[in-house]
Amino acid sequence: MKKISIVLGIFIMLVLSNVSYAANVLQVKGSDTLINMVQKLAEEYMKANPDKLVSVTGGGSGTGIAALINKKCDIANASRLMKGKEIELATSRQASPVRIVLALDSLSIIVNPGNGIESLTVDQVGKIYKGEIKNWKEVGGNDMPISLYGRQSNSGTYDFMIEDVMKGDYSPSMKQMNGNAQIVEGIKADPSAVGYVGVGYARNAQGIKVLKIANKAGATAYSPLDTANVKNGNYPITRPLNQYVEGSLTGAAKDFVAFELSAEGQRIVEEEGFFEISQEYQDFNKNAGM
Amino acid sequence: MSRFKEKFIRNLFLINGLVVIFILGGIFLLLILNALPTFKDVSWKEFLVGTSWNPSSDYHPAYGIVSMVVSTFMVTIGSLVIAVPVGIGTAAYLSDVAHPKVREIAKPVVEILAGIPSVVIGFLGIVMVGPFIAKMTGTYSGLNALNGSVLLAIMALPTIVSLSEDALANVPKSFQEASLALGASHWQTLLKVKLQAASSGIIAACMLGMGRAIGETMTVLMATGNAPAFPSGFLNSVRPMTSTIAIELGEVPYYTTHYHALFAIGLVLFLITFIVNLIADIALNRYEKKIR
Amino acid sequence: MKRKSVKFFEQFLGFGFLRLCMLLIILILVIIFYDIVSKSWGVITWEFLTQPPRNGMTEGGILPAIVGTIFVTIITAIFSIPLGMGCAIYLNEYAKKSHLTRLIRISIRNLSGVPSIVYGLFGVALFVEALHFGTCLLSAGLTLGLMTLPWTITASEEALKGVPLSYREGSLALGATQWQSIKTNVLPYAIPGMLTGTILGLARAAGETAPILFTGAAFALPGLPKSLFDQFMAMPYHLYIMSTQHHAITKVRPIAYGTALVLVGVVFLMNLSAILLRYYLRKARQE
Repeated sequence: MKKISIVLGIFIMLVLSNVSYAANVLQVKGSDTLINMVQKLAEEYMKANPDKLVSVTGGGSGTGIAALINKKCDIANASRLMKGKEIELATSRQASPVRIVLALDSLSIIVNPGNGIESLTVDQVGKIYKGEIKNWKEVGGNDMPISLYGRQSNSGTYDFMIEDVMKGDYSPSMKQMNGNAQIVEGIKADPSAVGYVGVGYARNAQGIKVLKIANKAGATAYSPLDTANVKNGNYPITRPLNQYVEGSLTGAAKDFVAFELSAEGQRIVEEEGFFEISQEYQDFNKNAGM
Repeated sequence: MSRFKEKFIRNLFLINGLVVIFILGGIFLLLILNALPTFKDVSWKEFLVGTSWNPSSDYHPAYGIVSMVVSTFMVTIGSLVIAVPVGIGTAAYLSDVAHPKVREIAKPVVEILAGIPSVVIGFLGIVMVGPFIAKMTGTYSGLNALNGSVLLAIMALPTIVSLSEDALANVPKSFQEASLALGASHWQTLLKVKLQAASSGIIAACMLGMGRAIGETMTVLMATGNAPAFPSGFLNSVRPMTSTIAIELGEVPYYTTHYHALFAIGLVLFLITFIVNLIADIALNRYEKKIR
Repeated sequence: MKRKSVKFFEQFLGFGFLRLCMLLIILILVIIFYDIVSKSWGVITWEFLTQPPRNGMTEGGILPAIVGTIFVTIITAIFSIPLGMGCAIYLNEYAKKSHLTRLIRISIRNLSGVPSIVYGLFGVALFVEALHFGTCLLSAGLTLGLMTLPWTITASEEALKGVPLSYREGSLALGATQWQSIKTNVLPYAIPGMLTGTILGLARAAGETAPILFTGAAFALPGLPKSLFDQFMAMPYHLYIMSTQHHAITKVRPIAYGTALVLVGVVFLMNLSAILLRYYLRKARQE
């Protein structure tokens, strides 16, 4: 028995320990908001370039950035910016991430179709998620306690909400879902629910209602699905979707990013429900080296 | 020559046996080594007594484990409430009521339940059990502690059934025969004689089932809603210790305070299951002494 | 003393409750299998089992996950079988009752109770980081191997205990050394039991997710792993991501069900083959 396992072991190792495969694959990790889009981009890229290999996995912006810092991936998809301490950590590990902007996202606040509410202000959204507003009737809806759905701390969207909308911490009773899709699933089944997802997920989802958001009380509320008002900045919760690339933009990574930023790539971005980058970000990318 | 070879082989096996101790010790050591650096930045008091866990917050970083420990015990005890009666009942059925042929088939059937991977049980929690619970209790989301308890009960049942059945089956026949000879019915014998005699073994079985529930990761990760708040009821979403580690280990830059804090949680988990197993061990010893 | 009729009524109720308990377990099993099989029926095709996923995992099959699970289970086996059997042989054949032996047994029992995520933490700290293997088949396989070890030891010990003392004594009386006795008179009879227990342990390892979560499992890889140091896809991890993190959860739900069925099927087949193996080897030995 032992002899068999030793022989089997040697055999397996001979078979498996060939040239390491990993070196030839471009590893892209991170944001759940971006993953759908970047996977599609990768598929099209690999179709057009059969000798190139790209692997795209999720886990949240935090996971991607941590992987970049831990030197376990080439590109980190991030729906937020790297934090100061993350950049410090990266530099102390001899990693030097370069940021490029891939697409625009209008973060969408979604509720169950049975919910009477049509719009909210940014301030109200913040208070709801901080747990300061606890019942729908406080914002003009039915008398129902608000059931909060959000992401986990590995999510860039989770952080983006804190920084830009809430400016404070989440209510601890928020259900922390594993990804955008799980939030959508939750909202569909729960009449008292509210959630936040990237616009790519809100646009194509059925069984949910996308709220219009107003900058402040009394101002016009705009929908995140409204291309014109997103691009001209009227929709108040917009953010760039980023990729952090390890090292200077060279080689395989640069080639892939170039494809993403090309007309073809940006067309795919819009197909997936997000928005192509504005002129401002195109200039930003050029400065970064693209 | 042969004697030297014999000694050599014997020592080889001895080392093999010692390896096990080293592995257990190694896990403990590695956990401690990776957990201790937490306490350069976090006070022991906050860790052990704080109810808020939010290490990555820019506003109020918090490293308190109370909420997640309570969550763990909530789903565990909830699962035992279901699994212990049903488990012991089934074990008693198998050892005292079933025809031998029925037992031949039923025992493997229970083993099949044990073989279902935890991720599949968690999956069913999301797609079937959760929505069912939501409907039954009139709430909207089935991702809560009750869901977790039901699923963990399913996972702990085979352990409890198997070991309790073993304990009951190994009660010396003489105990049973004496009771019956005195005029007691099978049921009375079972209740008053066999269960008493096997009690330590059954306690060991329940302890091991409890250990299984405490340490279960995927099931609770997928099915309990993951709200880090201090739980206020079974219909609330909770986040036990195992889920917290599983969620955050993937996104933490290595060797930061947060990273070390996750190992600290792991250490607490390790110690809790260690104690539970120790109790089971002691109970089992007592059982073996009783039967002899 | 109670009247006979009261006693029998009590027994009727009491045993009735016990029967209900058994029925509950059977009901649970039936519901589980019915749900999985009915919702994945159309999905399991030859293509599903032999093709890689396409179109962002929304079409195609799960071949890389099946292969990945097989690969990591093989590594688990290579690591845990020799170590486990060796430890069992020591405990049952060589060790005398002492504090050391007691300590070893306590260690084994405790190792079997350690939560799977703690093994995962250990795997990250030791194999991924300290030994610099990184996240790969090797790290994950070794982590799973450690987890399976207590199981293999216990099962092997049971098998060894099942061999009557007389087998050993007979051989020793004829002048054989201890190792010779073990090799010729004990091991051949214990092997069926050892193999069975081992395969059952491996079946459990194949279904585990937490230990491989951070030591090597990945979701979307463009190809099969070609070396021990590559990441790999695995069925339990695939099911987890498909049902919680995928960007089109409802669309891929049938695929998730299909993965669940294949996973349960593989585990079930492994269990079945272990039991059949023991049955046939025992039969063969008797002839």
